Amino acid sequence: MALQQTAVKKEKDDKPKVMKGYELLVQSLIDEGVKHIFGYPGGVLLDVYDELYRTPELNHILVRHEQGATHAADGFARVTGKPGVVLVTSGPGATNTVTGIATAYMDSIPLVVLTGQVPSKLIGFDAFQEADIVGITRPITKHSYLVKDVNDLSRIVHEAFYIAVSGRPGPVLIDLPKDVLNEKGVLTRKEDVDIEGYKPVYKGHSRQIQKAAELINQAERPLIYIGGGVIMANASQELQKLAERGNMPVTATIHGLGSMPANHELFLGMVGMHGTWTANTAISECDVLIAIGARFDDRVTGRVNSFSTKSKKIHIDIDPSCISKIIKVNIPIVGDAKDIIPEMTKLIESKQRKPWINSIKEWKKEHPLQYKVSDGFVSPQYVIEKINDLTGGDCIVAVDVGQNQMWTAQYFGFNQPRSFLNSGGLGTMGYSLPAAIGASFGAKGKTVFAICGDGGFQMNMQELATAARYNVPVKIIILNNEYLGMVRQWQQLFRGARYSHTWIKQGTPDFAKLANSFGIEAYKVTKQDEVESYLKKAMKVNDKPFLLEFKVPPEENVYPMVPAGASLSEMITGSEK
Amino acid sequence: MKRHTLSVLFKNKYNALPRITGLFSGKGYNIDSMSFGFGEEPEFTRMTITSVGDKNIIEQIAKQLHKLVDVTKVTDLTEQPFVERELALIKVNAPQTNRSEIMQLANIFRAKIIDISPRSVTVEITGKREKVDAAMGMLEQFGIVEVARTGSVALKREYQSKV
Repeated sequence: MALQQTAVKKEKDDKPKVMKGYELLVQSLIDEGVKHIFGYPGGVLLDVYDELYRTPELNHILVRHEQGATHAADGFARVTGKPGVVLVTSGPGATNTVTGIATAYMDSIPLVVLTGQVPSKLIGFDAFQEADIVGITRPITKHSYLVKDVNDLSRIVHEAFYIAVSGRPGPVLIDLPKDVLNEKGVLTRKEDVDIEGYKPVYKGHSRQIQKAAELINQAERPLIYIGGGVIMANASQELQKLAERGNMPVTATIHGLGSMPANHELFLGMVGMHGTWTANTAISECDVLIAIGARFDDRVTGRVNSFSTKSKKIHIDIDPSCISKIIKVNIPIVGDAKDIIPEMTKLIESKQRKPWINSIKEWKKEHPLQYKVSDGFVSPQYVIEKINDLTGGDCIVAVDVGQNQMWTAQYFGFNQPRSFLNSGGLGTMGYSLPAAIGASFGAKGKTVFAICGDGGFQMNMQELATAARYNVPVKIIILNNEYLGMVRQWQQLFRGARYSHTWIKQGTPDFAKLANSFGIEAYKVTKQDEVESYLKKAMKVNDKPFLLEFKVPPEENVYPMVPAGASLSEMITGSEK
Repeated sequence: MKRHTLSVLFKNKYNALPRITGLFSGKGYNIDSMSFGFGEEPEFTRMTITSVGDKNIIEQIAKQLHKLVDVTKVTDLTEQPFVERELALIKVNAPQTNRSEIMQLANIFRAKIIDISPRSVTVEITGKREKVDAAMGMLEQFGIVEVARTGSVALKREYQSKV
């Protein structure tokens, strides 16, 4: 076969290595530089796990549910920029990864998901623990493979790693039938993978960059709007230089946070539904909008036809299908932010833009983020601020979805890229704990927090066992408001305060006791003035998990808020009535 | 809402086809016709897809098609001159009394009779979709028993006049 020949050809220096499929798999993972695998064993993976038993250099982290494995790999990938690796068995093992894969797909996170499959001859026969996982995950993977010939196995692994991280990153799935894993085949070493038809564009079109620079130079009120793409491209420093050279304020999507230091004079905070007053107003008032690595998500734009109507738009993105998808742009530039931003910086004039900068300063002063303190409760925003103070922002924060996520985005002053992990695209509850666990393995000693609500925590709380088992030094912060807070907030504002099925106090466990039963030190904090001392206590524990539950006001809301489908200028600030 | 004709060149590897069709269904769109076979090089397959829809959405689908790892080229032929053919096999009720009339009709459409039985004939017709539609319209009076159509195959017209 042709494929076999290329494999042999690449091995011309020494004899082609022939190994069993499971050995090929493990060897090619090692060749890819993989150190950690998040997984869960099962019937069809017996041989692979047997091989792992003999391969101590591959650190396999046993989770307690396959969804946890995908979120952990996702957290690892967000922190390191390397693909997170997941290994699960066929059937239910594979289907349990679906939410995690979709989460990663929506946020362009590189994962390589290895799923066991029933033997080739049984595929399609409703075999025990069979599921068509390639079919199931087709719309939520960047690419996927079913390994039919053992000689393709290691080449496919290398291709998968390349596809996962290159261009716009995303999850890649490899389905591994049991029999193929047990056949002998030829090892393909990691080479520069050349996949015909797959050629991500990195370099921006110079004429387009020129045109964009000209537009920026004429602008009086330019605004840079960044997304996760800037962080993924490792272009945060380049971005800061661009902003400073042109005195251009910067706003970020939830995934762009950390790219520009929060306390930077030119930074306006987050944009969109729960964005700052200043950022949302600047979007509406700017005359040139420079979108970089952002995709004009509906949570950012609000009502599309009233989004930034006074501006001409430049859009830099590595994914051509993101350009003019939602908002028509005047100057599209396809390529890598890391390449394009410096090119553009060279061409733009250093300008003061005093009137624009002054009005932004005024807005910031007049409309800061603010919250009220309620007696007898801990303010969730205060907890976030305190964590920021105590760590100096030098930590990694994984959040869940909903109010806890938005408060963290608003009140934690992210000043480092790859420090804020959250499921912004899919909005997956239960993300924070496993993601924080995964992140810990790539955090290089940085403190890792998992901040969640009482609802989200209960969606993946089984991973407390993983944290306990590996002494993962993750600090778990539960902001307990006894509700599914964000949905309750919508019910309060838009459904006449009819709290249909959002009150979850009944049945919710005592989190501290629960954690204790896993052998995890944990406390319940009910007073605002105790927050700091408990957080300090948590900060002292660096060799195992630690859990703090905070009793926060049940009906605390996230403000400002742009109602779904409204224009960004129609913000509710919470001080109405 | 207009009918769009897309030409896609891709490697017909495992799962490539559902990935292509999935981009249409994922947008809530239907594929009206789809035909494919080996292209100019045997390792590549050329597919012609027609779908009715909003121009922006089709453009979005075309961009996403192009992103697929196994896809090398995507062209929306709709806005440019292109040649298009479809082949149809139409089985028509044809008792003795109607046969000569059916054969005459087939001649007008430059169609061929490729099968005959005591009760029916099968007509093979090639042409633009509209021509096939017209032929079917004319044959309907005799009673159409079965139809198999390939859907459009299309290529860009190489000589593009300015007029």
